[in-house]
Amino acid sequence: MTAPAATERISIATRIIPAVLFDVRRPQRLVERSLVVTRRGWLMVVSGFFEPLFYLLSIRVGLSALVGDVAVGGDLVPYDEFVAPGLMAASAMNGAVFDSTMNVFHKWKQARLYDSLLATPMSAGDIAVGEVTWAVIRGLLYSTAFLATMLVLGMVGSLWMVLSIGACVLIGFAFAAVGMACTTFARSWADFDYLPAVTLPLFLFSATFYPPSSYGDWSWVVQLSPLYHGVALIRAANVGEFSASVIVNIAVLVGLALVGIAVTARRIEKLLLT
Amino acid sequence: MNEPLITARSLVKKFGDLVAVDEIDFDVEQGEAFGFLGPNGAGKTSSMRMIGCVSPTTSGRLEIFGLSPTADGRAIRARIGVVPQMDQLDNELTVLENLVIYARYFDIPRDVARARAAELLEFVQLTERKDDTVDPLSGGQKRRVSIARSLISEPELMLLDEPTTGLDPQARHVLWDRLYQLKERGATLVLTTHYMDEAEQLCDRLVVMNGGKIVAEGSPRNLITTYATREVLEMRFGRGHNEEHVSEVSQVGERVEILPDRLLVYAHDGEGALATLRERNIIPESALVRRSSLEDVFLRLTGRTLVD
Ligand SMILES: Nc1ncnc2c1ncn2[C@@H]1O[C@H](COP(=O)(O)OP(=O)(O)OP(=O)(O)O)[C@@H](O)[C@H]1O
Ligand SMILES: [Mg+2]
Repeated sequence: MTAPAATERISIATRIIPAVLFDVRRPQRLVERSLVVTRRGWLMVVSGFFEPLFYLLSIRVGLSALVGDVAVGGDLVPYDEFVAPGLMAASAMNGAVFDSTMNVFHKWKQARLYDSLLATPMSAGDIAVGEVTWAVIRGLLYSTAFLATMLVLGMVGSLWMVLSIGACVLIGFAFAAVGMACTTFARSWADFDYLPAVTLPLFLFSATFYPPSSYGDWSWVVQLSPLYHGVALIRAANVGEFSASVIVNIAVLVGLALVGIAVTARRIEKLLLT
Repeated sequence: MNEPLITARSLVKKFGDLVAVDEIDFDVEQGEAFGFLGPNGAGKTSSMRMIGCVSPTTSGRLEIFGLSPTADGRAIRARIGVVPQMDQLDNELTVLENLVIYARYFDIPRDVARARAAELLEFVQLTERKDDTVDPLSGGQKRRVSIARSLISEPELMLLDEPTTGLDPQARHVLWDRLYQLKERGATLVLTTHYMDEAEQLCDRLVVMNGGKIVAEGSPRNLITTYATREVLEMRFGRGHNEEHVSEVSQVGERVEILPDRLLVYAHDGEGALATLRERNIIPESALVRRSSLEDVFLRLTGRTLVD
Protein backbone atom coordinates (compact mmCIF):
# COMPACT_ATOMS: atom_id res chain seq x y z
CA MET A 1 0.00 0.00 0.00
CA THR A 2 2.79 2.39 0.81
CA ALA A 3 4.84 1.55 -2.25
CA PRO A 4 3.04 3.83 -4.72
CA ALA A 5 3.34 6.76 -2.35
CA ALA A 6 7.08 6.20 -1.98
CA THR A 7 7.56 5.95 -5.74
CA GLU A 8 5.55 9.11 -6.15
CA ARG A 9 7.76 10.92 -3.72
CA ILE A 10 10.91 9.72 -5.45
CA SER A 11 9.66 10.74 -8.87
CA ILE A 12 8.87 14.21 -7.60
CA ALA A 13 12.31 14.41 -6.09
CA THR A 14 13.96 13.26 -9.32
CA ARG A 15 12.27 16.06 -11.16
CA ILE A 16 13.96 18.53 -8.87
CA ILE A 17 17.33 16.88 -8.39
CA PRO A 18 18.98 15.34 -11.45
CA ALA A 19 18.85 11.55 -11.54
CA VAL A 20 22.63 11.26 -11.54
CA LEU A 21 22.77 12.59 -8.02
CA PHE A 22 20.63 9.65 -6.96
CA ASP A 23 23.09 7.21 -8.36
CA VAL A 24 25.79 8.18 -5.92
CA ARG A 25 26.49 5.40 -3.49
CA ARG A 26 30.13 4.92 -2.72
CA PRO A 27 32.15 8.00 -3.75
CA GLN A 28 34.21 7.45 -0.59
CA ARG A 29 35.94 4.54 -2.32
CA LEU A 30 37.50 6.91 -4.82
CA VAL A 31 38.53 9.22 -1.98
CA GLU A 32 40.16 6.20 -0.37
CA ARG A 33 42.15 5.62 -3.54
CA SER A 34 43.29 9.24 -3.58
CA LEU A 35 44.42 8.91 0.02
CA VAL A 36 46.54 5.89 -0.80
CA VAL A 37 48.09 7.70 -3.76
CA THR A 38 48.76 10.86 -1.75
CA ARG A 39 50.48 8.96 1.03
CA ARG A 40 53.43 8.78 -1.30
CA GLY A 41 53.23 12.37 -2.48
CA TRP A 42 52.81 13.99 0.93
CA LEU A 43 55.60 16.49 0.34
CA MET A 44 53.54 18.20 -2.32
CA VAL A 45 50.65 18.45 0.13
CA VAL A 46 52.82 19.99 2.81
CA SER A 47 54.19 22.57 0.40
CA GLY A 48 50.64 23.87 0.08
CA PHE A 49 50.84 25.12 3.67
CA PHE A 50 53.43 27.71 2.75
CA GLU A 51 51.27 29.46 0.20
CA PRO A 52 49.02 31.23 2.75
CA LEU A 53 52.00 32.30 4.78
CA PHE A 54 53.59 34.04 1.81
CA TYR A 55 50.31 35.61 0.79
CA LEU A 56 49.57 37.02 4.19
CA LEU A 57 53.09 38.20 4.95
CA SER A 58 53.22 40.15 1.71
CA ILE A 59 50.01 41.94 2.67
CA ARG A 60 51.15 42.58 6.20
CA VAL A 61 54.55 43.89 5.18
CA GLY A 62 53.54 45.86 2.14
CA LEU A 63 49.98 46.94 1.52
CA SER A 64 48.63 47.52 5.03
CA ALA A 65 51.01 50.35 5.63
CA LEU A 66 49.90 52.11 2.45
CA VAL A 67 46.16 51.54 2.68
CA GLY A 68 44.03 52.79 5.54
CA ASP A 69 41.06 51.13 7.23
CA VAL A 70 38.16 49.77 5.18
CA ALA A 71 34.47 49.73 6.08
CA VAL A 72 32.91 46.27 6.39
CA GLY A 73 29.25 46.30 7.38
CA GLY A 74 29.21 49.12 9.86
CA ASP A 75 32.76 48.69 11.13
CA LEU A 76 36.11 49.98 10.08
CA VAL A 77 38.71 47.22 9.89
CA PRO A 78 42.46 47.41 9.17
CA TYR A 79 43.27 46.63 5.56
CA ASP A 80 45.03 43.34 6.26
CA GLU A 81 41.99 42.09 8.18
CA PHE A 82 39.92 43.12 5.19
CA VAL A 83 42.07 41.44 2.56
CA ALA A 84 42.88 38.21 4.42
CA PRO A 85 39.37 36.71 3.99
CA GLY A 86 39.50 37.54 0.29
CA LEU A 87 42.80 35.74 -0.08
CA MET A 88 41.54 32.80 1.92
CA ALA A 89 38.60 32.43 -0.46
CA ALA A 90 40.87 32.80 -3.49
CA SER A 91 43.25 30.18 -2.21
CA ALA A 92 40.33 27.77 -1.65
CA MET A 93 39.27 28.43 -5.23
CA ASN A 94 42.74 27.93 -6.69
CA GLY A 95 43.28 24.65 -4.87
CA ALA A 96 39.91 23.28 -5.98
CA VAL A 97 40.40 24.35 -9.58
CA PHE A 98 43.86 22.84 -9.74
CA ASP A 99 42.75 19.48 -8.36
CA SER A 100 39.70 19.22 -10.55
CA THR A 101 41.23 20.25 -13.85
CA MET A 102 44.80 19.15 -14.62
CA ASN A 103 44.76 16.27 -12.14
CA VAL A 104 41.41 15.02 -13.34
CA PHE A 105 42.36 15.39 -16.99
CA HIS A 106 45.43 13.26 -16.41
CA LYS A 107 43.40 10.53 -14.71
CA TRP A 108 40.76 10.69 -17.41
CA LYS A 109 42.84 10.71 -20.59
CA GLN A 110 46.27 9.49 -19.69
CA ALA A 111 45.71 6.99 -16.92
CA ARG A 112 42.21 6.00 -18.13
CA LEU A 113 41.28 5.53 -14.50
CA TYR A 114 37.60 6.22 -14.96
CA ASP A 115 37.20 3.60 -17.68
CA SER A 116 38.35 0.94 -15.27
CA LEU A 117 36.16 2.32 -12.49
CA LEU A 118 33.05 2.15 -14.65
CA ALA A 119 33.58 -1.59 -15.13
CA THR A 120 33.10 -2.03 -11.37
CA PRO A 121 29.93 -1.23 -9.40
CA MET A 122 31.07 2.40 -9.25
CA SER A 123 28.90 4.83 -11.21
CA ALA A 124 29.63 8.06 -13.04
CA GLY A 125 27.99 9.88 -10.12
CA ASP A 126 30.35 8.15 -7.68
CA ILE A 127 33.30 9.31 -9.74
CA ALA A 128 32.12 12.91 -9.94
CA VAL A 129 31.33 13.18 -6.24
CA GLY A 130 34.42 11.21 -5.23
CA GLU A 131 36.83 13.43 -7.13
CA VAL A 132 35.16 16.65 -6.04
CA THR A 133 35.14 15.48 -2.44
CA TRP A 134 38.84 14.75 -2.62
CA ALA A 135 39.52 18.26 -3.89
CA VAL A 136 37.48 19.62 -0.99
CA ILE A 137 39.34 17.54 1.56
CA ARG A 138 42.68 18.79 0.33
CA GLY A 139 41.33 22.31 0.31
CA LEU A 140 40.21 21.84 3.89
CA LEU A 141 43.80 21.22 4.93
CA TYR A 142 44.98 24.41 3.27
CA SER A 143 42.11 26.50 4.63
CA THR A 144 42.92 25.34 8.12
CA ALA A 145 46.54 26.30 7.61
CA PHE A 146 45.40 29.64 6.27
CA LEU A 147 43.21 30.28 9.27
CA ALA A 148 46.00 29.30 11.65
CA THR A 149 48.39 31.67 9.92
CA MET A 150 45.87 34.49 10.13
CA LEU A 151 45.47 33.82 13.82
CA VAL A 152 49.20 33.91 14.43
CA LEU A 153 49.55 37.16 12.50
CA GLY A 154 46.65 38.69 14.44
CA MET A 155 44.34 39.08 11.45
CA VAL A 156 41.36 37.21 12.91
CA GLY A 157 38.71 39.71 13.93
CA SER A 158 36.06 37.47 15.48
CA LEU A 159 35.51 34.02 16.95
CA TRP A 160 32.92 33.53 14.21
CA MET A 161 35.88 33.09 11.90
CA VAL A 162 35.80 29.32 12.60
CA LEU A 163 32.87 29.33 10.18
CA SER A 164 35.25 30.38 7.43
CA ILE A 165 36.31 26.74 7.18
CA GLY A 166 32.73 25.86 6.25
CA ALA A 167 32.74 28.66 3.69
CA CYS A 168 35.94 27.27 2.19
CA VAL A 169 34.31 23.86 1.91
CA LEU A 170 31.47 25.45 -0.05
CA ILE A 171 33.91 27.32 -2.28
CA GLY A 172 35.86 24.10 -2.80
CA PHE A 173 32.74 22.16 -3.74
CA ALA A 174 31.52 24.80 -6.15
CA PHE A 175 34.82 25.36 -7.94
CA ALA A 176 35.92 21.73 -7.98
CA ALA A 177 32.55 20.66 -9.40
CA VAL A 178 32.48 23.36 -12.05
CA GLY A 179 36.19 22.83 -12.78
CA MET A 180 35.69 19.11 -13.29
CA ALA A 181 32.64 19.72 -15.46
CA CYS A 182 34.69 22.05 -17.68
CA THR A 183 37.51 19.52 -17.79
CA THR A 184 35.19 16.97 -19.37
CA PHE A 185 34.98 19.33 -22.34
CA ALA A 186 38.76 19.69 -22.71
CA ARG A 187 40.30 18.02 -25.75
CA SER A 188 43.98 18.50 -25.03
CA TRP A 189 46.36 19.96 -22.50
CA ALA A 190 46.47 23.16 -24.53
CA ASP A 191 42.90 23.91 -23.47
CA PHE A 192 44.13 24.46 -19.94
CA ASP A 193 46.13 27.48 -21.08
CA TYR A 194 42.84 29.37 -20.88
CA LEU A 195 42.38 28.52 -17.23
CA PRO A 196 44.14 31.61 -15.84
CA ALA A 197 41.98 33.72 -18.16
CA VAL A 198 39.10 32.69 -15.95
CA THR A 199 40.62 32.38 -12.51
CA LEU A 200 42.76 35.51 -12.61
CA PRO A 201 39.90 37.99 -13.23
CA LEU A 202 37.89 36.18 -10.59
CA PHE A 203 40.78 36.56 -8.19
CA LEU A 204 41.22 40.25 -8.94
CA PHE A 205 37.62 41.41 -9.29
CA SER A 206 35.66 39.52 -6.65
CA ALA A 207 35.90 42.27 -4.05
CA THR A 208 39.07 40.52 -2.97
CA PHE A 209 41.16 43.65 -2.65
CA TYR A 210 38.55 46.38 -2.29
CA PRO A 211 34.87 46.49 -1.31
CA PRO A 212 32.21 46.19 -4.06
CA SER A 213 31.26 49.83 -3.40
CA SER A 214 34.54 50.88 -5.06
CA TYR A 215 33.04 49.79 -8.37
CA GLY A 216 30.29 52.42 -8.07
CA ASP A 217 27.45 51.82 -10.50
CA TRP A 218 29.07 48.59 -11.64
CA SER A 219 29.11 46.95 -8.24
CA TRP A 220 26.31 44.55 -9.25
CA VAL A 221 28.68 42.93 -11.75
CA VAL A 222 30.77 41.69 -8.85
CA GLN A 223 27.77 39.66 -7.71
CA LEU A 224 28.11 37.54 -10.87
CA SER A 225 31.44 36.22 -9.71
CA PRO A 226 31.02 32.95 -7.81
CA LEU A 227 34.16 33.75 -5.88
CA TYR A 228 32.61 36.97 -4.61
CA HIS A 229 30.00 34.93 -2.74
CA GLY A 230 32.76 33.00 -1.03
CA VAL A 231 34.65 36.17 -0.17
CA ALA A 232 31.49 37.73 1.25
CA LEU A 233 30.89 34.72 3.51
CA ILE A 234 34.38 34.71 4.96
CA ARG A 235 34.45 38.46 5.37
CA ALA A 236 31.17 38.33 7.27
CA ALA A 237 32.63 35.64 9.51
CA ASN A 238 35.73 37.69 10.20
CA VAL A 239 33.74 40.64 11.51
CA GLY A 240 31.10 38.39 13.06
CA GLU A 241 28.18 40.12 11.39
CA PHE A 242 25.82 38.19 9.17
CA SER A 243 23.06 39.68 7.06
CA ALA A 244 20.35 37.97 5.02
CA SER A 245 22.55 38.12 1.92
CA VAL A 246 24.54 35.24 3.43
CA ILE A 247 21.71 32.96 2.35
CA VAL A 248 22.15 34.08 -1.24
CA ASN A 249 25.92 33.55 -1.00
CA ILE A 250 25.43 30.01 0.26
CA ALA A 251 22.73 29.22 -2.29
CA VAL A 252 24.92 30.34 -5.20
CA LEU A 253 27.81 28.12 -4.12
CA VAL A 254 25.64 25.09 -3.38
CA GLY A 255 23.84 25.55 -6.68
CA LEU A 256 27.09 25.65 -8.62
CA ALA A 257 28.31 22.53 -6.83
CA LEU A 258 25.17 20.55 -7.69
CA VAL A 259 25.10 21.67 -11.30
CA GLY A 260 28.81 20.97 -11.70
CA ILE A 261 28.49 17.46 -10.31
CA ALA A 262 25.43 16.66 -12.40
CA VAL A 263 27.09 17.89 -15.59
CA THR A 264 30.28 15.99 -14.78
CA ALA A 265 28.45 12.72 -14.19
CA ARG A 266 26.45 13.12 -17.40
CA ARG A 267 29.56 13.82 -19.41
CA ILE A 268 31.39 10.84 -17.97
CA GLU A 269 28.49 8.63 -18.98
CA LYS A 270 28.28 10.14 -22.41
CA LEU A 271 31.98 10.03 -23.23
CA LEU A 272 33.13 6.84 -21.54
CA LEU A 273 30.12 4.57 -21.80
CA THR A 274 30.15 4.34 -25.58
CA MET B 1 16.36 -26.28 -16.61
CA ASN B 2 18.24 -23.26 -15.45
CA GLU B 3 17.77 -19.91 -17.06
CA PRO B 4 20.77 -19.02 -19.22
CA LEU B 5 23.18 -16.63 -17.52
CA ILE B 6 23.31 -14.36 -20.55
CA THR B 7 20.65 -14.04 -23.20
CA ALA B 8 21.04 -11.90 -26.31
CA ARG B 9 18.40 -11.53 -28.99
CA SER B 10 18.78 -9.41 -32.11
CA LEU B 11 21.48 -7.53 -30.28
CA VAL B 12 22.77 -4.52 -32.22
CA LYS B 13 25.55 -2.05 -31.57
CA LYS B 14 26.08 0.91 -33.84
CA PHE B 15 28.69 3.64 -33.72
CA GLY B 16 27.09 6.31 -35.87
CA ASP B 17 26.56 4.60 -39.22
CA LEU B 18 29.00 1.81 -38.47
CA VAL B 19 27.29 -1.40 -37.43
CA ALA B 20 29.74 -3.10 -35.08
CA VAL B 21 27.35 -5.83 -33.88
CA ASP B 22 24.61 -6.81 -36.27
CA GLU B 23 21.59 -8.59 -34.78
CA ILE B 24 23.31 -11.39 -32.95
CA ASP B 25 21.58 -14.07 -30.85
CA PHE B 26 23.27 -16.23 -28.27
CA ASP B 27 22.82 -17.78 -24.84
CA VAL B 28 25.52 -18.48 -22.31
CA GLU B 29 24.68 -21.17 -19.79
CA GLN B 30 25.68 -21.19 -16.16
CA GLY B 31 29.10 -22.80 -15.70
CA GLU B 32 30.16 -23.00 -19.32
CA ALA B 33 33.10 -21.47 -21.12
CA PHE B 34 31.85 -19.54 -24.09
CA GLY B 35 34.07 -18.04 -26.76
CA PHE B 36 33.81 -15.27 -29.31
CA LEU B 37 36.11 -15.93 -32.22
CA GLY B 38 36.66 -13.60 -35.11
CA PRO B 39 39.07 -11.45 -37.11
CA ASN B 40 39.95 -7.85 -36.20
CA GLY B 41 36.93 -5.61 -36.17
CA ALA B 42 34.45 -8.50 -36.07
CA GLY B 43 32.61 -6.99 -33.11
CA LYS B 44 33.95 -9.14 -30.29
CA THR B 45 34.98 -6.33 -27.98
CA SER B 46 31.79 -4.41 -28.74
CA SER B 47 29.77 -7.44 -27.67
CA MET B 48 31.84 -7.94 -24.53
CA ARG B 49 31.45 -4.30 -23.53
CA MET B 50 27.70 -4.52 -23.83
CA ILE B 51 27.67 -7.60 -21.61
CA GLY B 52 29.93 -5.77 -19.16
CA CYS B 53 27.38 -2.93 -18.96
CA VAL B 54 29.89 -0.29 -20.07
CA SER B 55 28.36 0.18 -23.49
CA PRO B 56 24.65 0.79 -24.05
CA THR B 57 22.97 -1.51 -26.56
CA THR B 58 21.62 0.15 -29.68
CA SER B 59 18.71 -2.26 -29.99
CA GLY B 60 17.69 -5.81 -29.24
CA ARG B 61 17.42 -7.62 -25.95
CA LEU B 62 20.27 -8.36 -23.57
CA GLU B 63 19.91 -9.94 -20.14
CA ILE B 64 22.63 -10.88 -17.71
CA PHE B 65 21.65 -12.87 -14.60
CA GLY B 66 18.10 -12.15 -15.75
CA LEU B 67 18.74 -8.42 -15.24
CA SER B 68 18.82 -5.59 -17.73
CA PRO B 69 22.07 -3.64 -18.23
CA THR B 70 20.16 -0.37 -18.50
CA ALA B 71 18.23 -0.69 -15.27
CA ASP B 72 20.57 -2.82 -13.18
CA GLY B 73 24.04 -2.07 -14.51
CA ARG B 74 25.51 -1.57 -11.08
CA ALA B 75 24.10 -4.82 -9.73
CA ILE B 76 25.32 -6.77 -12.75
CA ARG B 77 28.78 -5.27 -12.64
CA ALA B 78 29.06 -6.25 -8.99
CA ARG B 79 28.86 -9.90 -10.04
CA ILE B 80 31.24 -9.93 -12.99
CA GLY B 81 35.01 -9.76 -13.36
CA VAL B 82 36.37 -8.01 -16.42
CA VAL B 83 39.72 -8.33 -18.16
CA PRO B 84 39.57 -5.67 -20.88
CA GLN B 85 41.43 -6.00 -24.15
CA MET B 86 43.75 -3.15 -23.13
CA ASP B 87 45.02 -3.30 -19.56
CA GLN B 88 43.58 -0.50 -17.47
CA LEU B 89 45.69 -0.81 -14.37
CA ASP B 90 46.07 2.04 -11.92
CA ASN B 91 49.53 3.45 -12.61
CA GLU B 92 49.63 5.44 -9.42
CA LEU B 93 49.30 2.33 -7.26
CA THR B 94 51.49 -0.67 -6.56
CA VAL B 95 50.55 -4.13 -7.75
CA LEU B 96 49.13 -5.04 -4.36
CA GLU B 97 47.26 -1.76 -3.98
CA ASN B 98 45.80 -2.24 -7.45
CA LEU B 99 44.08 -5.35 -6.20
CA VAL B 100 43.07 -4.08 -2.77
CA ILE B 101 41.69 -0.75 -3.95
CA TYR B 102 39.83 -2.45 -6.79
CA ALA B 103 38.20 -4.71 -4.23
CA ARG B 104 37.09 -1.62 -2.33
CA TYR B 105 35.14 -0.45 -5.39
CA PHE B 106 33.13 -3.63 -4.85
CA ASP B 107 32.64 -2.77 -1.18
CA ILE B 108 34.76 -5.69 -0.04
CA PRO B 109 36.09 -5.18 3.51
CA ARG B 110 39.76 -4.25 3.64
CA ASP B 111 41.01 -7.32 5.50
CA VAL B 112 39.16 -9.66 3.15
CA ALA B 113 40.59 -7.74 0.21
CA ARG B 114 44.14 -8.06 1.55
CA ALA B 115 43.80 -11.78 2.14
CA ARG B 116 42.38 -12.37 -1.32
CA ALA B 117 44.99 -10.14 -2.96
CA ALA B 118 47.82 -12.12 -1.38
CA GLU B 119 46.27 -15.35 -2.58
CA LEU B 120 45.70 -14.05 -6.10
CA LEU B 121 49.21 -12.67 -6.47
CA GLU B 122 50.42 -16.12 -5.56
CA PHE B 123 48.04 -17.54 -8.16
CA VAL B 124 49.47 -15.35 -10.94
CA GLN B 125 53.00 -15.70 -9.58
CA LEU B 126 53.64 -12.05 -8.90
CA THR B 127 54.02 -12.08 -5.14
CA GLU B 128 57.59 -10.85 -5.27
CA ARG B 129 56.52 -7.83 -7.37
CA LYS B 130 53.67 -6.80 -5.09
CA ASP B 131 55.24 -3.55 -3.93
CA ASP B 132 56.32 -2.36 -7.38
CA THR B 133 54.24 0.12 -9.30
CA VAL B 134 52.68 -1.38 -12.41
CA ASP B 135 54.47 0.79 -14.97
CA PRO B 136 57.78 -1.09 -15.09
CA LEU B 137 56.09 -4.50 -15.36
CA SER B 138 56.36 -6.35 -18.64
CA GLY B 139 53.29 -6.67 -20.87
CA GLY B 140 52.66 -10.23 -19.77
CA GLN B 141 53.06 -9.36 -16.11
CA LYS B 142 50.56 -6.52 -16.45
CA ARG B 143 48.17 -8.93 -18.09
CA ARG B 144 48.51 -11.22 -15.09
CA VAL B 145 47.83 -8.35 -12.70
CA SER B 146 44.69 -7.53 -14.70
CA ILE B 147 43.55 -11.10 -14.41
CA ALA B 148 44.22 -11.24 -10.68
CA ARG B 149 42.41 -7.95 -10.23
CA SER B 150 39.35 -9.16 -12.09
CA LEU B 151 39.15 -12.14 -9.74
CA ILE B 152 39.29 -10.19 -6.50
CA SER B 153 35.52 -9.85 -6.28
CA GLU B 154 35.06 -13.61 -6.74
CA PRO B 155 32.85 -13.02 -9.77
CA GLU B 156 30.21 -15.47 -10.96
CA LEU B 157 30.90 -14.45 -14.52
CA MET B 158 34.26 -13.60 -16.07
CA LEU B 159 34.57 -11.51 -19.21
CA LEU B 160 38.00 -12.03 -20.72
CA ASP B 161 38.81 -10.02 -23.84
CA GLU B 162 41.86 -11.66 -25.42
CA PRO B 163 43.19 -12.71 -22.03
CA THR B 164 46.39 -14.31 -23.25
CA THR B 165 47.44 -11.82 -25.92
CA GLY B 166 50.97 -10.74 -25.09
CA LEU B 167 51.74 -13.73 -22.89
CA ASP B 168 54.61 -16.07 -23.61
CA PRO B 169 53.65 -19.70 -24.30
CA GLN B 170 54.48 -20.82 -20.81
CA ALA B 171 52.45 -18.06 -19.17
CA ARG B 172 49.60 -18.86 -21.53
CA HIS B 173 49.52 -22.46 -20.44
CA VAL B 174 49.62 -21.44 -16.80
CA LEU B 175 46.71 -19.08 -17.40
CA TRP B 176 44.68 -21.72 -19.23
CA ASP B 177 45.20 -23.94 -16.25
CA ARG B 178 44.00 -21.17 -13.92
CA LEU B 179 40.94 -20.48 -16.02
CA TYR B 180 40.20 -24.15 -16.10
CA GLN B 181 40.34 -24.24 -12.30
CA LEU B 182 37.96 -21.32 -12.10
CA LYS B 183 35.55 -23.11 -14.32
CA GLU B 184 35.75 -26.20 -12.18
CA ARG B 185 34.78 -24.07 -9.22
CA GLY B 186 31.62 -23.10 -11.06
CA ALA B 187 32.46 -19.76 -12.64
CA THR B 188 31.12 -18.96 -16.08
CA LEU B 189 33.70 -17.74 -18.58
CA VAL B 190 33.10 -15.63 -21.64
CA LEU B 191 36.22 -14.98 -23.65
CA THR B 192 37.39 -13.71 -26.98
CA THR B 193 40.48 -14.95 -28.66
CA HIS B 194 42.43 -15.07 -31.87
CA TYR B 195 44.12 -18.27 -30.86
CA MET B 196 42.55 -21.43 -32.11
CA ASP B 197 44.33 -23.66 -29.66
CA GLU B 198 43.03 -21.46 -26.87
CA ALA B 199 39.47 -21.76 -28.08
CA GLU B 200 39.83 -25.51 -28.48
CA GLN B 201 41.35 -25.89 -25.03
CA LEU B 202 39.04 -23.66 -23.08
CA CYS B 203 35.69 -23.27 -24.77
CA ASP B 204 32.79 -25.64 -24.42
CA ARG B 205 31.00 -23.67 -27.04
CA LEU B 206 31.87 -20.80 -29.29
CA VAL B 207 30.55 -18.49 -31.92
CA VAL B 208 32.51 -17.29 -34.90
CA MET B 209 31.87 -13.63 -35.67
CA ASN B 210 32.59 -11.84 -38.90
CA GLY B 211 31.53 -8.33 -39.84
CA GLY B 212 29.35 -8.00 -36.76
CA LYS B 213 27.40 -11.20 -37.43
CA ILE B 214 27.59 -14.66 -35.95
CA VAL B 215 28.48 -16.95 -38.84
CA ALA B 216 28.73 -20.24 -36.98
CA GLU B 217 28.09 -21.66 -33.55
CA GLY B 218 28.90 -24.91 -31.78
CA SER B 219 31.46 -26.85 -29.80
CA PRO B 220 35.00 -26.75 -31.21
CA ARG B 221 34.76 -30.40 -32.29
CA ASN B 222 31.40 -29.83 -33.79
CA LEU B 223 32.53 -26.87 -35.84
CA ILE B 224 35.53 -28.75 -37.14
CA THR B 225 33.48 -31.70 -38.34
CA THR B 226 30.90 -29.40 -39.92
CA TYR B 227 33.22 -26.97 -41.64
CA ALA B 228 36.40 -28.92 -42.29
CA THR B 229 37.53 -32.41 -43.21
CA ARG B 230 39.39 -34.69 -40.87
CA GLU B 231 42.82 -33.83 -42.27
CA VAL B 232 44.53 -31.04 -44.11
CA LEU B 233 47.36 -31.33 -46.57
CA GLU B 234 49.54 -28.23 -46.68
CA MET B 235 51.75 -27.82 -49.73
CA ARG B 236 54.24 -25.24 -50.91
CA PHE B 237 55.20 -24.99 -54.54
CA GLY B 238 57.35 -21.90 -54.12
CA ARG B 239 56.32 -18.28 -54.44
CA GLY B 240 54.12 -17.57 -57.42
CA HIS B 241 53.76 -21.24 -58.34
CA ASN B 242 50.98 -22.19 -55.97
CA GLU B 243 48.11 -20.99 -58.17
CA GLU B 244 49.12 -23.02 -61.21
CA HIS B 245 48.53 -26.28 -59.35
CA VAL B 246 45.07 -25.51 -58.02
CA SER B 247 43.07 -27.41 -60.62
CA GLU B 248 45.13 -30.62 -60.32
CA VAL B 249 45.20 -30.43 -56.58
CA SER B 250 41.48 -29.90 -56.18
CA GLN B 251 40.86 -33.32 -57.71
CA VAL B 252 42.30 -35.07 -54.66
CA GLY B 253 40.47 -33.16 -51.94
CA GLU B 254 37.06 -31.81 -51.07
CA ARG B 255 38.18 -28.22 -51.06
CA VAL B 256 41.30 -26.14 -51.70
CA GLU B 257 42.21 -22.95 -49.93
CA ILE B 258 44.79 -20.69 -51.57
CA LEU B 259 47.03 -18.74 -49.23
CA PRO B 260 49.83 -16.44 -50.37
CA ASP B 261 52.51 -18.95 -49.48
CA ARG B 262 50.80 -22.32 -49.67
CA LEU B 263 47.83 -24.42 -50.70
CA LEU B 264 45.60 -26.17 -48.19
CA VAL B 265 43.83 -29.28 -49.38
CA TYR B 266 40.98 -30.54 -47.23
CA ALA B 267 40.78 -34.29 -47.45
CA HIS B 268 39.70 -37.17 -45.27
CA ASP B 269 43.04 -38.86 -45.83
CA GLY B 270 45.85 -36.36 -46.30
CA GLU B 271 48.66 -38.87 -46.88
CA GLY B 272 46.53 -40.64 -49.46
CA ALA B 273 45.90 -37.38 -51.29
CA LEU B 274 49.59 -36.56 -51.29
CA ALA B 275 50.45 -40.02 -52.62
CA THR B 276 47.93 -39.64 -55.45
CA LEU B 277 49.47 -36.31 -56.41
CA ARG B 278 52.96 -37.77 -56.39
CA GLU B 279 51.77 -40.58 -58.70
CA ARG B 280 50.57 -37.86 -61.07
CA ASN B 281 54.02 -36.31 -60.88
CA ILE B 282 52.95 -33.26 -58.99
CA ILE B 283 55.70 -32.75 -56.48
CA PRO B 284 55.48 -29.83 -54.01
CA GLU B 285 58.61 -28.25 -52.54
CA SER B 286 57.34 -29.26 -49.17
CA ALA B 287 54.23 -30.95 -47.83
CA LEU B 288 52.71 -31.59 -44.43
CA VAL B 289 49.63 -33.44 -43.27
CA ARG B 290 47.89 -32.39 -40.08
CA ARG B 291 44.55 -32.77 -38.35
CA SER B 292 42.26 -29.91 -39.17
CA SER B 293 41.59 -27.34 -36.45
CA LEU B 294 39.41 -24.38 -35.70
CA GLU B 295 41.86 -22.34 -37.75
CA ASP B 296 40.50 -24.12 -40.81
CA VAL B 297 36.92 -23.52 -39.74
CA PHE B 298 37.78 -19.92 -39.39
CA LEU B 299 39.41 -19.70 -42.77
CA ARG B 300 36.41 -21.33 -44.36
CA LEU B 301 33.92 -19.03 -42.67
CA THR B 302 35.68 -15.72 -42.89
CA GLY B 303 38.17 -16.17 -45.68
CA ARG B 304 40.82 -14.87 -43.34
CA THR B 305 43.57 -16.36 -41.28
CA LEU B 306 43.30 -15.67 -37.63
CA VAL B 307 46.39 -14.16 -36.21
CA ASP B 308 46.41 -10.72 -37.78
N1 LIG C 1 34.11 3.54 -29.57
C1 LIG C 1 34.00 3.28 -30.88
N2 LIG C 1 33.66 4.26 -31.75
C2 LIG C 1 33.55 4.01 -33.07
N3 LIG C 1 33.73 2.82 -33.62
C3 LIG C 1 34.06 1.79 -32.83
C4 LIG C 1 34.22 1.97 -31.42
N4 LIG C 1 34.55 0.78 -30.87
C5 LIG C 1 34.60 -0.09 -31.90
N5 LIG C 1 34.31 0.50 -33.07
C6 LIG C 1 34.24 -0.16 -34.38
O1 LIG C 1 33.42 -1.29 -34.29
C7 LIG C 1 33.94 -2.36 -35.05
C8 LIG C 1 34.08 -3.59 -34.16
O2 LIG C 1 35.11 -3.34 -33.23
P1 LIG C 1 35.47 -4.33 -32.06
O3 LIG C 1 36.43 -3.62 -31.18
O4 LIG C 1 34.23 -4.82 -31.44
O5 LIG C 1 36.20 -5.49 -32.86
P2 LIG C 1 36.94 -6.77 -32.30
O6 LIG C 1 36.24 -7.96 -32.85
O7 LIG C 1 37.09 -6.71 -30.83
O8 LIG C 1 38.36 -6.63 -33.00
P3 LIG C 1 39.84 -6.97 -32.46
O9 LIG C 1 40.08 -8.41 -32.73
O10 LIG C 1 40.72 -6.12 -33.32
O11 LIG C 1 39.91 -6.61 -31.03
C9 LIG C 1 35.23 -1.87 -35.65
O12 LIG C 1 34.99 -1.51 -36.99
C10 LIG C 1 35.59 -0.66 -34.84
O13 LIG C 1 36.24 0.30 -35.62
MG1 LIG D 1 38.64 -6.57 -29.56
